[in-house]
Amino acid sequence: MFSTNEVLETINMVEREHLDIRTVTMGISLLPCIGGTAEKTAENVYDHICKRAEKIVKVTGDLSREYGIPIVNKRISITPASLICAPFADKSYLIGKALDNAAKAVGVDFLGGYSALVHKGMADYETEFIKSIPEVLASTDRLCSSVNIGSSKSGINMDAVRLMGEIVKQTAQKTADRDGFGCAKLVVFCNAVEDNPFMAGAFHGVGESGTVINVGVSGPGVVQHAIESIPNANLSDLAEMIKRTAFKITRAGQLIATEAAKRLNAEFGIVDLSLAPTPARGDSVAAILEEMGLESVGTHGTTACLAMLNDAVKKGGVMASSRVGGLSGAFIPVSEDIGMIEAAERGALCIDKLEAMTAVCSVGLDMIAVPGDTSASTISAIIADEAAIGMINNKTTAVRIIPAPDKKVGDEVNFGGLLGRAPVMPVHAEGAAKFIARGGLIPAPIHSNKN
Amino acid sequence: MRAVLTVVGKDKTGIIARVSGFLAERGVNILDISQTILSDYFAMIMLVDLSEAKTELAVLADECAEMGKNIGMSIHVQHEAVFNAMHSV
Repeated sequence: MFSTNEVLETINMVEREHLDIRTVTMGISLLPCIGGTAEKTAENVYDHICKRAEKIVKVTGDLSREYGIPIVNKRISITPASLICAPFADKSYLIGKALDNAAKAVGVDFLGGYSALVHKGMADYETEFIKSIPEVLASTDRLCSSVNIGSSKSGINMDAVRLMGEIVKQTAQKTADRDGFGCAKLVVFCNAVEDNPFMAGAFHGVGESGTVINVGVSGPGVVQHAIESIPNANLSDLAEMIKRTAFKITRAGQLIATEAAKRLNAEFGIVDLSLAPTPARGDSVAAILEEMGLESVGTHGTTACLAMLNDAVKKGGVMASSRVGGLSGAFIPVSEDIGMIEAAERGALCIDKLEAMTAVCSVGLDMIAVPGDTSASTISAIIADEAAIGMINNKTTAVRIIPAPDKKVGDEVNFGGLLGRAPVMPVHAEGAAKFIARGGLIPAPIHSNKN
Repeated sequence: MRAVLTVVGKDKTGIIARVSGFLAERGVNILDISQTILSDYFAMIMLVDLSEAKTELAVLADECAEMGKNIGMSIHVQHEAVFNAMHSV
């Protein structure tokens, strides 16, 4: 039998340290749904999702009760919708509406994949599709969108970067009554992954099989508690402790993932080894970094602490799961992490430091509110900087930024729930409009040429 | 199928009797018990077998949590696979 300490450790992790399965995400291929018209395709999409994901809420609820580990979110990711909408891109909104309705019908929190992959070039139907994003995000509730504008292999499509700056602005304006909430459902990626279970950037890649279960674990509170237990340890010992803790968290995720896949008659895809914070106190990645010895996240030393944390989580997690994928790293969404929110409020954490942090962790500038008068070209320039970090370092980077309408530095946006609240952070006043207006492609780096 | 039942709370008379009676009524067989007192706090861990049980695990977990509230204890019932996964390689 298990020792008392082992059993109580697990129970404490759930009860006091916020251990949970952050998301069980069902990836569904919608390629078989393409019909002769947009209307027929929308109908097929709705029916197919409702059929495949019919039991996801019940099954995850049962698993949560049987195993005693909360499963916070149930989600769906789909084939990038620009492919499904290609023959009738001018009517993409019909598919968007059908997707949102299907998400509501099966009871999932979010459905991701109103997406386009344009990292090397944009076909006309893709441009048309991307232009539908602001209106679709404003008129739906659970649909999430992402656009991949660069990769290490292809370079950065600066025409798409320019367009996305405008799309982000339009999305904010169309949801101005909700502080620009639409932007919380829109991610711009470089090196997007095809099996990411986390929102808002999840989509189901075309290289995936028909129906797949991907699971995202969590547990910043558990890691923080483990570090607290050895307050005077050196960094080697600290890394070992983080690895051991990540191993345990990931094993729980692997167990839920395989069982969920079996019960939902889907393939087990991957476990995403991410430390995903929530706005709850005690569930913060920033708090881990501060527990390591920083007076505040954002100060000098933050990047080094985060690099070590990110690596140790991966090393512990890799052995615990038969298949690792998705984004797999520590997340640093500002509005979703109470430690990040407080550091930004007291001015200790700025966008430039966050950008540096994204070079050593997953994923990018995430859930950052900036002044409403930030120009589209400045947002494009922020996207370009992030994409460059991703492209050169062969990693995923992303931007989920909210130019909050009518807000200025010092104001706050509040989305509630897991999306949290964010102080409006300053951006540089000097523009980059000429750079963004050039368009074209930033060529892939020489080290991508490996064949 | 086997599950781990944990009872934690302030020590008092009759906890084991209450819990084991509750399990017997539901056809749940106790395979192993360990119990300790940690600074006035009662901590009991039971390994139980549900193969003859009248209720399924998820329902039993809910019922035990409810019964625990009535006697002022925190009671969890979890599939043993969780502990195998997290604490053994």
